[in-house]
Amino acid sequence: MFTVQEAQWLTPKVRRLLVRAPRVARSHRPGHFVIVRVHEGGERIPLTIANSDNEAGTITLIIQVVGATTEKLCALDAGESIANVVGPLGRPTEIENFGHAVLVGGGVGTAVIYPQAGALRAAGNRVTAIIGGRSREYVILEAELGAHCDEVFPCTDDGSYGYHGFVTARLKELIEERRDVGAVLTAGPVPMMRALAGVTRPFGIKTIASLNPVMVDGTGMCGGCRVTVDGKMKFACVDGPEFDAHTVDFAELTDRLSTYRDQEALAWNRLHEFTEAGAAARCKMRELEEAATGGRPL
Amino acid sequence: MAALKPSERMKIPRQPMPEQEPAQRAANFQEVNCGYSAEAASTEACRCLQCKDAKCVGGCPVNIDIPGFVDALADGDLSRAADILFADNVLPGITGRVCPQETQCEAVCVRAKKGTPVGIGYMERFVADWARQHRKDLFEPPTPTGFRVAVVGSGPGGLTCAGELAKRGHAVTVFEALHIPGGVLVYGIPEFRLPKAIVHAEVETLRRRGVEIVTDVVIGQTYTIHELMKGEGYHAVFVANGAGLPVFQGIPGENLKGVYSANEFLTRVNLMGAYRFGETDTPVIKASQIVVVGGGNTAMDSVRTARRLGASPATLVYRRSREEMPARVEEVKHAEEEGVVFRMLCNPLEVLGDDKGWVSGVRCIRMELGDPDASGRRRPVPIPGSEFEIPCQVFIEAIGTKANPLLTQTTPGLQTNKWGNIVVDDNNMTSIPGVFAGGDIVRGGATVILAMGDGKHAAAAIHQYLTTGCSGNGRAKLNAVP
Repeated sequence: MFTVQEAQWLTPKVRRLLVRAPRVARSHRPGHFVIVRVHEGGERIPLTIANSDNEAGTITLIIQVVGATTEKLCALDAGESIANVVGPLGRPTEIENFGHAVLVGGGVGTAVIYPQAGALRAAGNRVTAIIGGRSREYVILEAELGAHCDEVFPCTDDGSYGYHGFVTARLKELIEERRDVGAVLTAGPVPMMRALAGVTRPFGIKTIASLNPVMVDGTGMCGGCRVTVDGKMKFACVDGPEFDAHTVDFAELTDRLSTYRDQEALAWNRLHEFTEAGAAARCKMRELEEAATGGRPL
Repeated sequence: MAALKPSERMKIPRQPMPEQEPAQRAANFQEVNCGYSAEAASTEACRCLQCKDAKCVGGCPVNIDIPGFVDALADGDLSRAADILFADNVLPGITGRVCPQETQCEAVCVRAKKGTPVGIGYMERFVADWARQHRKDLFEPPTPTGFRVAVVGSGPGGLTCAGELAKRGHAVTVFEALHIPGGVLVYGIPEFRLPKAIVHAEVETLRRRGVEIVTDVVIGQTYTIHELMKGEGYHAVFVANGAGLPVFQGIPGENLKGVYSANEFLTRVNLMGAYRFGETDTPVIKASQIVVVGGGNTAMDSVRTARRLGASPATLVYRRSREEMPARVEEVKHAEEEGVVFRMLCNPLEVLGDDKGWVSGVRCIRMELGDPDASGRRRPVPIPGSEFEIPCQVFIEAIGTKANPLLTQTTPGLQTNKWGNIVVDDNNMTSIPGVFAGGDIVRGGATVILAMGDGKHAAAAIHQYLTTGCSGNGRAKLNAVP
């Protein structure tokens, strides 16, 4: 069991968990991920390692509620535990001195670029982060990134904070203004990464995208996470999860990510029915207890 | 019983294995074979002629004293039968169910020459199941040697090696990447062929013997081999991390929704319990028509699993003929009885999809057998113009695996062959002294029992390496001081 030591909401749908996992913490490098299984009978899902502390033996996970499993994970509080956490998995980010490295994070994808920022800075890069969210409350890790970056540009779709517009538009402006961008590393929703690859391609800027396809074991055994890169089949768990964004078949990735949409909807509904039924049952139990004890606490 | 004359023994017919009815079992995940009764087991034991030069022992990759345990069984001394069996095989409840006896011990049984061989596998299963119920005290705790051995992977090879090392008093830690131990025994082989409860019970037996099992650790990622030997202080390592990456045919349409590797399909259903989706959270695509390509046990497991999930027809496509299929004979027979449709001598050319990106069928070509190839089997050759389509919504590829690179990539000095499999000497030792390997990562895709044979062989070599300072071929040890 892997104990949650701290838990807090970063946005209404995004939660940060500090999890005790000393073996993972000691080998973690930027770009790595873990596979977690919340409880017995739960599914295995990949999550980026947003940070690690080898001395404390902890890793940080930043999770957005998108379905039943992530909701259950986000319902955990400090002192509760996750059944299984395995990792670190995947190949670490290839850190080089690109001169000026720009990190682009969309929504919870910002958790992927956060550990890359420090490593790129340490390798001698000028580091800029562009981070986006729907509105002000969905922009995460701005202050944390600020500690490792030369500049951080928050962007919001609705203009409620920072740059009014998509991260891709802000990136294009930055490339045109500065003319020194050596590499772009990105993580976020697939449509964002796809659009971003379109922005950097004409400039010939090296662009690395962190992909998050469906996975089961995370060690190359099942092949469920296969993606097409430069016309070849790659397994994101052992060959990635980072690939040259200019050669990733994003349309195929988008389509494959929808494979279990119906089952995910079922699981979501069931979780909520269960929660309501559970709440009703607990309520009934309290009434019975009160009746039995004459209202005195047991 | 022992007083029976050979002629009397020869008259006893082979006792059949009681099975669930095909129609019933095609709709559930319970075990197909129900196991011998005590009476059937002792009757079958009396069929054994107790050959002086028993060929069956040599036919067994772990060299079980077959006449010995069978004789005890014929005498009704189940306790002695269990002692003899467990002395040679730490996982008999598993091998009694999944070994291809017809190509091993039973193939060389003298009774096979004139009729049917002795049902060795069925009796092994019976004795193992009896011992699980009645014998919790199978092992004398050995004197600890002070040596520590790390075993990578808790599949059949790793568990066997761990059990054999623990018997000799070494402290063993098994590292497993998944969340439960068992490897292919829990993610690959289905419940209806090998119930998870049997695997868990045999693993528990090893734990009682002192073997420590740590899940959620991927060697090559969480720790490297070098870190195990230096920082973590293990004196030797046995690598049995399994087959690794599934092979895809490389035909168009393989990334459509509804195409699975057999590994993924079986992992979802077996390990993650997707056949109980609702109670469990892992989904699997259910389809009314499925096609599996391949001719081995994994293909058979996949198509029979799909049948149980409701596919009709569940079709197996294989490019050679039935005679060349590498699957166990019993699995092929069971699959056929359960209504699996066999399409022999045809090969998929393309997975077809609908406009939403879902699989809608598979286009195949008919094959004929030409001259023998390197494997000695007749090479299948496509018949021009014979293309046809089979409609399906799920297409599963069970055509083999290739070596997993996670461990080998992060172990400098570890020699691999051109396929990425680890190279070992006669003692299963790798190019790194003190690091041994066996099972599919060495063999490149074999059987449970061959992996177990490697585990047993390696354990003997590791023991020698630890206690004498040399492995059998005289290669020096590095740091083996307890």
